[in-house]
Amino acid sequence: MTKKQRQEQFISEKEVEHLAELAKLELSKKEFTKLRGELNEILGYFRLIDEVDTENVSPTYHVQDIVNVLRDDTPTPQQPDMLLEDAPQKKDRFIKAPKMI
Amino acid sequence: MHEQDTEGVKIGLEVHCQLTSLATKLFCSSPSDYRGKPPNTNICPVCIGTPGSLPVLNRKAVTHAAMIALALNFKIPERMLFFRKNYFYPDMAKNFQITQYDRAGGVPFATDGHITLDSGKRIRIGRMQLEEDPAKLSYDGTIESSTQTFVDYNRAGITLVEIVTDPDFESPREAREFLNKLSSILEHLSVSDLNLEGSVRCDANISMAGGRRVEVKNISSFKEVERALNFEITRQRSLTSKGIKVMQETRHWDEIRRITISLRLKEEEQDYRYFPEADLVPVTLTKQFVQDVKKGMPEMPEERAKRFQKDYHLSGETAQILVREKALADFFEEAAKHSKDARQLGSWLAVDLQAYLNEYGKSLEELKLTPKHFAEMANMVSSGEVSRGAAKTAFVEMLKTGRMPRSISEEKGLKVISDTGFVESLIDKIFSENPQAVQDALKDPKAVNFLLGQIMRATKGRVDPAVANRLVRERLAAAKGSK
Repeated sequence: MTKKQRQEQFISEKEVEHLAELAKLELSKKEFTKLRGELNEILGYFRLIDEVDTENVSPTYHVQDIVNVLRDDTPTPQQPDMLLEDAPQKKDRFIKAPKMI
Repeated sequence: MHEQDTEGVKIGLEVHCQLTSLATKLFCSSPSDYRGKPPNTNICPVCIGTPGSLPVLNRKAVTHAAMIALALNFKIPERMLFFRKNYFYPDMAKNFQITQYDRAGGVPFATDGHITLDSGKRIRIGRMQLEEDPAKLSYDGTIESSTQTFVDYNRAGITLVEIVTDPDFESPREAREFLNKLSSILEHLSVSDLNLEGSVRCDANISMAGGRRVEVKNISSFKEVERALNFEITRQRSLTSKGIKVMQETRHWDEIRRITISLRLKEEEQDYRYFPEADLVPVTLTKQFVQDVKKGMPEMPEERAKRFQKDYHLSGETAQILVREKALADFFEEAAKHSKDARQLGSWLAVDLQAYLNEYGKSLEELKLTPKHFAEMANMVSSGEVSRGAAKTAFVEMLKTGRMPRSISEEKGLKVISDTGFVESLIDKIFSENPQAVQDALKDPKAVNFLLGQIMRATKGRVDPAVANRLVRERLAAAKGSK
């Protein structure tokens, strides 16, 4: 990475705030600065991709060249009680979550 | 329901419909019959979002969605993709919903569909997509006061199709007609049982001239949509008349109080960070596949209405009413097997029965009548055994008691009077009581109707109208001749 790239800012303070909000993260000033720096480095690194000429390349949406992986509509027995055991909080058979609104 | 001025109104609908005839969920083999089941019994690592679990698409869901797309005149792209819609809410344990997207290179299941209303107006349906239903949440008391959320993942992952119309509706009535047509199509395809609780949900956006767009969420049945829209028009109009501007907002339809309530506006703009679902590979919908689906499609309501007109000699209007619900159309065809006069039968089912059901807020199913009841009814009238007017008494009695119409007619003495001697003596009486009307009828043939009406009234409509008509005219002709 060149020195110029390192100094360039690829993500604004506002964008980091927005991301934190979306990820439901409360960041201290120190964490915020650290994260922004890290994100900036990652994004800067990804800028390398911009150097590749993609003029005549069609977009890829899946890395594997396969299509149509489908299954039949046949139910299989499940083990719901085993899964429920992993739930952090329960009430009767409900899984408890924090109040949302 | 009262009609109101709907000038400048623009409505768009977003319909979510479960494909209830599937046995498993959209991306896993958990059973889909969650109704009435204890919470969290129809769950597996995929639909509960256990790390490492992988979704696999249900083949039949693709076929059923393709049937819907074809029935709604959609274009089906050759290749479609699934996207992740990211958000924090416990109704999806993964923190995202697998859905489809029409931007960022996404391809929904189908685009550019439409339904044509009876007026000939075309309602455009921009897109249709396949996605998973979220879990059902419940609360301690009300949603506002509860300190916790209780999650039942039985519904999470159930197959949904989302159908989004353009803002083409100009009145709640048009929206209702569209939804009637849509539900009849879904019923005829046998892809969804709309009578199941929660199988369809609808959001509506509505704006009026000069105002902003308001979104109404949580309309839990098609029947409620017209009511919610009428409420919203009244509310927006009353704001405008007071000089208050209608704000862009999301409101919630409260089915019990029958009002819309403002939801708290989120400060942060919604940003779902859609991106391709890498755990699912693209699906190709080849021309061959689409053709095969097309071949396997059952008769659709529009075709059925046309066949009804041709085979049973029904009017276009009657045929349209009958195909509005698959159950009614099936009932009609079953009854027609026992009836010699399908036209007569059609009018009892499309007109008289509908009026009764509307008045008492009942469904045909609740009445517990067989097609034979209606066939006998129609046969009694078309054979001239009972007049159409007198038959109405037997009809209402039949709907209320479930008895066969002939036995009601016999008990109540509704049979047509065609004894000419009796009718002649009745004419004597009515002519002598109404000399002026007789004079009028001699001058103007149209005035005969008053005298015929008197005869029908005196016999509660039991006189064979053809007999009464002939005898009255004969008597008038004789009177004219003797003048």
